[in-house]
Amino acid sequence: MSTETETNVRVEDKLFQNRYLVDAGRPHITVTPHTVPSPRLLALTHVCPAGCYTQADSGQVEISTDGCVECGTCRVVAEPYGEITWNYPRGGFGVLFKFG
Amino acid sequence: MADEKFDAIVVGAGPSGNACAYTLATRGLKVLQLERGEYPGSKNVQGAILYADALEKIIPDFREDAPLERHIIEQRLWMMDDKSYCGAHYRSEDFNEDKPNRYTIIRAPFDKWFSRRVSEAGALILCETTVTELVRDAHDKVIGVRTDRDGAAIYADIVVLAEGVSGLVGARAGLRSIPKPDTVALAVKEMHFLPRETIEARFNLQGDEGVVIESAGTITKGMAGTGFLYTNKECISIGIGCLISDFTNSDQTPYGLLEAFKQHPSVKPLLAGSEVKEYAAHMIPEGGYKAIPQLFGNGWLIVGDAGQFVNAIHREGSNLAMTTGRIAAETILDLKTRNAPMTANNLAAYKTRLDESFVMKDLKKYKNLPNAFHNKHLFTTYPQLISKAAQTWFRVDGVDKKAKENEILKSFFRTRRVKGLLGDVLGMARGWR
Repeated sequence: MSTETETNVRVEDKLFQNRYLVDAGRPHITVTPHTVPSPRLLALTHVCPAGCYTQADSGQVEISTDGCVECGTCRVVAEPYGEITWNYPRGGFGVLFKFG
Repeated sequence: MADEKFDAIVVGAGPSGNACAYTLATRGLKVLQLERGEYPGSKNVQGAILYADALEKIIPDFREDAPLERHIIEQRLWMMDDKSYCGAHYRSEDFNEDKPNRYTIIRAPFDKWFSRRVSEAGALILCETTVTELVRDAHDKVIGVRTDRDGAAIYADIVVLAEGVSGLVGARAGLRSIPKPDTVALAVKEMHFLPRETIEARFNLQGDEGVVIESAGTITKGMAGTGFLYTNKECISIGIGCLISDFTNSDQTPYGLLEAFKQHPSVKPLLAGSEVKEYAAHMIPEGGYKAIPQLFGNGWLIVGDAGQFVNAIHREGSNLAMTTGRIAAETILDLKTRNAPMTANNLAAYKTRLDESFVMKDLKKYKNLPNAFHNKHLFTTYPQLISKAAQTWFRVDGVDKKAKENEILKSFFRTRRVKGLLGDVLGMARGWR
């Protein structure tokens, strides 16, 4: 049951329900430039609950913060190793939970 | 504002920050509360269950106007494998009391309500304002904060960090470290809307009665974690969470796990026909007693999730947050009354008060349990064994009962062996003590 269900999940469809105030051009998280991604960076491509991290064709891990739910998981995994920089969005910007 | 000085600055408008700011403001202190969200609650996520006692100690009449969903009359605990659950349900008419003990809530409206009460008590609340750093004097005492508003310092006798599990200020100031992946869980949650009559019929409820389900088993694919399903008035909160270290060591996605949980044959009918209106994620500090950081210093205190105040075993968090916020405020008020400065020595009274409260007593009781829960058999082998045993027992198929008993016992010994079984039992028992 599970494998088929999981591969069919599109996290984009879930994020579509949420309200965001995107701070265009000012991503609050960035990935440190790298040639070969570490296992931690690769883990973020499946650990991030908003699917913000993807592996480009070139092999590097990239981030798009537009759907970020600000949980901080990537910070716990990768910030201590300097592999990402992590900040809050500017005051008022980012995800706006209606229910929380 | 730069010229103003406050008695206290509270960073964050979640349960711990609100509890602290409210308690300080009602006793006449000049309080500034800073919140990075557009409104209090816009960045906050919880299951969510409100334990009345903690809030009642702060706002005794909260039931009169707080946005409560359902008071919980039934608790279900499910051990799940892929097709079954074996559970314990406790339901009692006693929970239909005048002042119910537990409620389901929805955090955004609840936090807005709590914040309104803080504001009415006289605190100044600034939203859309992110604290960027602490300001210290020449003696390293915290004397204020800087924000992303205009970068100017705002001063206070004390800064209370109620910034939550992913709070940046305390970590950047070196007061505490970033949580380790094996001491913090990631939970994802959806809000499923249904007509209230449908919810009441499906869960056997009348009026504002509510049911909550906590579950563990193969739903977390061998990772340490649990799922939950809570009934609100017109929606169901459903979520699942696992230790971040387990997520990183697997190839599971959090949303894939949630989807599979929703598709479980025992869960799917409960959600049928619902409309999803929000998908949220949040970290839960699960490191317990041993993960609690230094909680006080010269001019600062830490409360709530930022201090790792979550009892993972009993699924309690917001009540610990509110209680630590209240106790922090009472400590500050006591020092103010005595005209004592907010030094580390004086603020150590906060830790002493916490040690005497249920907060530290409970966390201390389970200080070894996080390790016991790293046993993956709890989330794979045992749910399957228990399900198999129940099925063997209940299926009537011409096999005699003695043979069934032997088959069940053998299945346990065959799978985990005597040593494994003993080790698992001892591990849990040691942690529980």
